[in-house]
This record gives sequence, C-alpha cells and structure tokens, in this order.
Amino acid sequence: MADIAPDRFALDIRDLAKTFDRPAVDGLDLGVRVGEYYVLLGANGAGKTTTLRMVTGLLRPDRGKISVFDVDALADPVGAKRIMAWLSDEPMIYDKLTPVEYLDFVAGLWGVERGVAQTRGRELLGSLGLAPYARQRCEELSKGMRQKVALAGALVHEPKLIILDEPFTGLDAGSARIVKDVLRARLREGCAVIMTTHILDVAERMADRIGVIDHGKLIAQGTLAELRQQAGGGDASLEDVFLSLIASNEDIAGAETGL
Amino acid sequence: MQAGGLLWFARHEWRLAWRDWRILMVNQGKRRNLFLAIGVIALTALLHLIASFVLHPETELIVAPSKRALVLITAILAMAWTLMLSQAMEAVTRAFYTRADLELILSSPVPAWRLFAVRIVAMAITVMMLSLLIAAPFINVLTWRNGAAWLAAYPAMAGLAWLAVAAAVLIMVAMFRLIGPKRTRFIAQVAAAIIGAIFVIGLQFAAILSAGSMDRIAFLESAAMTRHAPEPDSLFWGLTYAVMGRPLPLALLLLFALAGLGLVIVLFAARFGPFAVAAASVAHGHAQNDPYRTQVGWFRGFRNTTPGQALRRKEWALLRRDPWLISQTLVQILYLLPAAFLLWRRFDSGIDPATLLVPVLITASGQFSGGLAWLAISGEDAPELIQTAPVSPAAILRAKTQAVMVGTVAVFSPFLLALLLLDPRAALIALVGIVIAGACATAIQFWYRLQAHRGRIRRRQTASRLTTFTEAIASISWAATAAMVAAGFKLAIVPAIVSCGTVLAAWLMSPARAERGK
Repeated sequence: MADIAPDRFALDIRDLAKTFDRPAVDGLDLGVRVGEYYVLLGANGAGKTTTLRMVTGLLRPDRGKISVFDVDALADPVGAKRIMAWLSDEPMIYDKLTPVEYLDFVAGLWGVERGVAQTRGRELLGSLGLAPYARQRCEELSKGMRQKVALAGALVHEPKLIILDEPFTGLDAGSARIVKDVLRARLREGCAVIMTTHILDVAERMADRIGVIDHGKLIAQGTLAELRQQAGGGDASLEDVFLSLIASNEDIAGAETGL
Repeated sequence: MQAGGLLWFARHEWRLAWRDWRILMVNQGKRRNLFLAIGVIALTALLHLIASFVLHPETELIVAPSKRALVLITAILAMAWTLMLSQAMEAVTRAFYTRADLELILSSPVPAWRLFAVRIVAMAITVMMLSLLIAAPFINVLTWRNGAAWLAAYPAMAGLAWLAVAAAVLIMVAMFRLIGPKRTRFIAQVAAAIIGAIFVIGLQFAAILSAGSMDRIAFLESAAMTRHAPEPDSLFWGLTYAVMGRPLPLALLLLFALAGLGLVIVLFAARFGPFAVAAASVAHGHAQNDPYRTQVGWFRGFRNTTPGQALRRKEWALLRRDPWLISQTLVQILYLLPAAFLLWRRFDSGIDPATLLVPVLITASGQFSGGLAWLAISGEDAPELIQTAPVSPAAILRAKTQAVMVGTVAVFSPFLLALLLLDPRAALIALVGIVIAGACATAIQFWYRLQAHRGRIRRRQTASRLTTFTEAIASISWAATAAMVAAGFKLAIVPAIVSCGTVLAAWLMSPARAERGK
C-alpha cells in the first residue's frame, strides 16, 4: 500500500457543474489525495466520465473549480495537462504506428527528453508484456494489447495524476494483473489515480477510497468499511453496498420531488 | 419475406444506403439544403451546357457513322469503362476490408454468400448510377440533336457498369489468390487509381508523341488514326453501335453483361466470406517472438523532439503509411506526367512553360493538400490524446499545417525542380501558388473540421460539398492568378480576388466562426 498524504490533494474539485440537456454533473465536490487510488462508481449516465473529461480539459465546466496538485486546471490548462494523463476505455492510439513510435510521439508531446523517454519506454513495454510487439503496427494488435499500448503512452511522461476511464475493459486476467501492478508501483512513487469502473471486484480490491456518484452528485465517499457503515453496516459486498446507496438516494430524490 | 434470405438482405442494404444518402443529402439544415438544391440545378444546367459545346452536331452518326466518329466514341467508352473498373475495384476492396457489420453477419448462422451476392448487385447498381449521372448530360444532348436512338446509351452504359463490376470481382479474387490478403488491399487501391487514370494519360502521351500536343480529341480525329481504324462494318465496333442504339449489339451487350455479373455472383459470392475472414486475420496477426527484435532493436526509436516536431513526424508517418493517400499521390503525379513530358519536348521550341505547368501544379497541389489537411485535422485518430497534451490548440494547428504544407511541397518538388531548371521565375511563382493554395485548403478544412475516422476520407467530398466546392474554386482561382502573373497579365488580380472572396465566404459560413460567435 502506498503512503497517502492526508492533507495534500492531487485532485481537488469544488462545486463542479455541467449541464447538457439535463444536469450531468451538479455541484460536485471531490478530493483525491496524493498517493491515493480513488475509484469513482456510478450507474450509466451518473456523470462519472463527464467529471473526468472536465478534469482533463476535454469538456469546459459551466461552473466550479478544479485543481491538480495545486495547479488551477481551468486557468492554466496546459500546466495541469503537463502533470496528468488520461486514458479512456477506447484506446487513443494510431493504427499505423508501432508501440515504440507511439510512445516516442507521446513523449514528444509532453516534451520528455530522449534518453528518459527511451528508458521509460523500454521499461513500460517490458513490464506490460509488449516487448515482442514493439515494432508491430498497432492495427495488428488485439484490443487488450492496444489498451496496454495506450496505458504505456499515458505513463511514459510520468504523470502525477493518472485518470482512467474503464481501463480494464478488454483486458484478460493476466493483463489486468500486470496493469494493476504497474499502477500500484506508480502510487508508491507518489502519484494519485482516479478511475471509473463497472468491475466492482477491481474497485473493492484496488481502491483506497471509493466515491459513489448519482445524478451528477457525490452521494457517498470513503473506504469500503466506511461505505458499508453508510449503507447500514454488516459485511456486505461492494456490489450490495453500491446498490443500496443508489437505491436510498433514489428514495430521497423521490421523496423530495413528491414522486 | 424470409429472414436471412436474398430479398431480406437486399432490403437491409437498401435501408442502410437510403438512410446514409438521406443524411448526406437532406439532413444538413434548411439553408444548406437550399444551397444544395440550387447547386444541383445549376450544376445540371452547366453540365448540359458543357455537353452541348463539347459535342459537335453529328447528324450522320445514326445512319452512317464515319470512322472518325466511331474512333472518338469508342475511345470515350474505353475511358468511361476504365473509370468504372477503377471505381468497382475500390468498392470490392471495401467489401472485403471494411469491418462494419461484417463480423455480425459472418458470425450469424445465415449463409454469408447471400449478403455478398446482394452486395455485388449493390456495387453494380452504384457504379451504374454514378456512370449514368456523369454520362446523362451528354446522352441527353445527343438524343436532343440526333434522335431518340441515343437513349439506348443509357442501358448500354448500365451494361458496361455491370461488366466493370464483374471484372473487378474477378481481378480481386485473382489478387487474393496470387498475393494474399495482406498485399491485396494496398495493391488493389493503387491499381484502381492507376487503372482510372491510365487510359486518359496514355492517350495524352500518344497525342504528344504523334501530334506534339496534349489534345486527345485532335489525336483521335487525326487522319492517321482514321486510316488505321477498322472499317465501319467491322465487328470491332459492336460495343459502339450498342451505345448508338442498334438493337442487336445492344441486346447482346446487355445479355453478356447480365450473364457475366450473374456468373461472378454464382461463382464467387460464396468465397467472399472466407476472403473477408482472411482479410480480418491480417489485421489481428500475432507477433513472432524474434529475439533480436525483443532484445536489441525495439527501443531504438526515440528522439529528442518538441511537441510540434512530434506532431509533424507523426503526421508524416501516418500519411506515408496510408494506402489511399499513396494511390491518390500516384494519380496526381500520373496526371502531371503528360504536361511535364510535353514541356520537356517543347522546351526548345519556344513555348512558355509557365502558362502550361504552373496552373496544373497549383490546382493539383490545392486538391492534394486539401486531402492531407482532412487527414491531419478531421481524421485525427486520437483527438483526446492531443487535446490532453500540454500543447496549446494554436501550436497543434500550426504543427499540422506545417506537416501538410511540407508534405505537399515534397510531393510536388520533383516538378518544381524540373521547372526551376527550365524557368526559375515560373518555379518561384508555382512554389508561392502551391503554398497559398495549400494554406487556403488547410484553412477551409480547419474551419469545417468534423472528427471522423481516417478511413472515411473517401467520403470527405460527399460529407461536405461546401468545403469541396470552396476548396476547388480557391485552388483553381490561385492557379489562374499564378498563370496570369507568369504570363505578365495585370488582370491576375481578378482571379486572386475571386479566390480571396471564396475563402472569406467559406470562413463566414463556417461552423468554427459560428462557434466562436457564441
């Protein structure tokens, strides 16, 4: 387990809001501490991905404040981007490039010095089991392999905040284990990870803290034990806890609207 | 209608094609639809006008066509057929390699040959419709001037289109067998591009060699050509007579075309499934455990780069590896070869090379850089990666524009160098024109950018007719400006104003400006 700095936030979100045809994120407050693995859970359309996309600068919030390691991500987006990485469930890679060329490209975008990029690239491709495919074009790789290439790209510039949207989609058990190990190693080096997932088993075993989001609001947050407490105690699984928290929030919302 | 049957698949394909067409043609907003409707009417009238100018009144064609007329019509048919074949080869390649719904259908218990049979018929209909659309103004003018017998050209062209599709399927099947699925895709795309251009270019070379000019019509109408052509009652002209409305040749052509297409469907529709699977397998190959590659060579690809350099290098690597782009580049160069050849032959005879080659180079480069800009801007495969990088949007655009401009100049540099040796002033004018036309095309692509997969570049022109139209007008106007500057005409300012006005109008109507105004 990594050392978590209790008072230092890697990501600090205050009163974040975004409305499309209905509110997607509605006054969200959320903090991820340095060295922490934070998992954001929520039903489909709850606002998880919208939140993360606003943090990464892919969406402009209607209101609110986002700080990444004390850098104001809205006032200084380039400064914030320099220290974070975004990985979506659809690998953002180029079919016609090889993994080595892809890492070289990403390193170039983040201005990583050649020697450093080469060492990190070699380590990442090795640790993610991509070395035999290093000179093969990405179009020839399986979905899981492509996902790992994208992860290597996200890590090659050594981000301090790693933002992952469903990173385990398409990965086999062995690959998922490798990815988890790589992420844990990053946490030990002082990074922070915020991740969305529908695989509750992964959340249960990986997360230091879990946030549950519903209708764009954070309805519960804490360690698994704390969430169990909020859901009524006992030794319930995260799946039961999650469903219970969502159901009680629906009840409250229903009572408030009189439905 | 039985689910999974031929008619069921036909209905499925028709529904998809119809909705696709509706989205492209109708669902673009009222204002654009109005522009589109006016544009279509104007274009139809213009094409008929051009056809009436191009076609001389040939009243003797029906009763007793001359050898000269037969040579001319046959050459036009040959050119049309090579274009149809090229288009059909492109369509068959897509049928093999575009995944889309193929995996769903191939994994279902329905025999896949039914789908492919329907798709071959759909290709035949598409190629036929496009050919008729292009030929219609000429057929209509001929019918108006020479009588209703020329209406037979419609079914004759349809027959030629079906034959082209049948031939394309045969060629593709042979290529799959001979060179395998991995190489077939690339080679078929390049071959399709070359086939589409080769007849026209061949005729131009023949015209230059025999008559010393690029005028293909003059070459076809020359006394030597007429002298060597078979007599009008020869069987050689059967196809030409079919187009001209003679019942027996027309009936034979249609019969032969339908039989050919039917035979191809019966023989090869069932093989499309395994071919498509083989094509898909290429995209999911596995790495060989090459100890040298894994231990020594694989990490040697890193370089010291700024974000701008990284973006430019990435764009160039992707452009170099794009088979469509390579085939298009090849075609651009092929089309320029006759002009360059003529220039070379005529250099000593005092003809001004600038007026000949400068506008050709600028028009071609404008179109070419428009395609490159689309790939670099709209066809970005990892837009979120770029957006989340610590690089400003302006720097990204600058790097992409540089990639496009350098790519364009690199492709056209052999011609610029040749021109430099012959006429340095003309070379300089051409270079400036290429850069300006390229910059305009890139700007238009940037203002009208719409994220799409790179593979959809073939539909770039249909997706936004406004960009296609403004890009073409701008590059043609810059070409005219450069040619007039090279020739020393002060009126060069007129096409320059037209070009600037077109680019300005494109900016005023662009979604990028509307977004900025919000």
